[in-house]
Amino acid sequence: MSTTDPTSRVPADDLPPVPAEVSAQIGVVQYEEEGGFPVEHGYIWTTCASVENGNPLFWDDGVAAELTDGPIAPPTMLSVWFRPHHWSPGRTEPAVPLQAHFDLKDDLDLPEAIISSNTNTFYEPVRIGDRVRSRQVLRSISDPKTTKLGRGRFWTIDVEYLNQDDRLLGVESYTAFGYRRPELEGTES
Amino acid sequence: MTRLMHGDVSVGDQLPELAHDVTTTTVVLGALASRDWRPMHHDRDFAINRNGTKDIFLNTPNQAAWFERYVTDWTGPTGRLGRMTFRMNTSTFPGDRMVFSATVTGTSVDEVGCGWVDLDVALMVGDVATTTCATRVALPLDVNDNPWARRGDAWLP
Repeated sequence: MSTTDPTSRVPADDLPPVPAEVSAQIGVVQYEEEGGFPVEHGYIWTTCASVENGNPLFWDDGVAAELTDGPIAPPTMLSVWFRPHHWSPGRTEPAVPLQAHFDLKDDLDLPEAIISSNTNTFYEPVRIGDRVRSRQVLRSISDPKTTKLGRGRFWTIDVEYLNQDDRLLGVESYTAFGYRRPELEGTES
Repeated sequence: MTRLMHGDVSVGDQLPELAHDVTTTTVVLGALASRDWRPMHHDRDFAINRNGTKDIFLNTPNQAAWFERYVTDWTGPTGRLGRMTFRMNTSTFPGDRMVFSATVTGTSVDEVGCGWVDLDVALMVGDVATTTCATRVALPLDVNDNPWARRGDAWLP
């Protein structure tokens, strides 16, 4: 537990250093998992319908053959192919997306966190029948910072998506700020 | 649908606005289409009493799908998204009127000959930009160019 300067809401001894075992995770592949089902056309049409996307790439096989050598999924559907079913046989715990993020909250003892920005980069098109794999890579952890939310650290986690041929489909890069609320400093461990 | 060419675009160009009235169906359909089962996107009681929001709200993956639709309505099918950076400022609820707008902030041709356009896109509700998205999209340089044909080292998003 931090000690506090009574004249300030910022703790005098600041945040504890990042544990060596957490720093050691930077650049290391974690939580490599395969999506629960192959990429299918039905979800593509449902997604396009949900936003009234009439792009003929997703509706007209002739256009898809001409431009993309056959049907592909909208690039922004990248993470759809990995999200777990709401229920599946034998599951006892709810699946948590971006587990590395929740690990950091615990390991750095920063109970609150927000995603401050999210960059999606698209590589090889996702095709019908692809089996999408994802893996999480912690890229960085900042020095302690103070924002209007509180005192904490920024971290960046990449979620990389690959197909069955190990071709990179895309990367979602999340920058989060994990923090402690100022009013809680010195009152709770 | 139009097939926009790189040479048709200049810095400062404004894209035509797209307006859409958000309903409960918009939010629920979008959440389920993106396989997002979290209750704040379909259960109004949960959203209000557990999350403290005024209603269910659009999830981020479906917002991304809306941004994609907006940009490719403009480019046509030969436009290929390379990169999107989102900043989520506040939520979008049933009853809101979403208005998408965008400005061209850059045009370039990279070292492998791919033509790029950079856009600042905003999802506005009233005077508030609820989400913004810096978008990088590839467009054909001429009628014989197809950004979708680029693979490996020839695609540098």
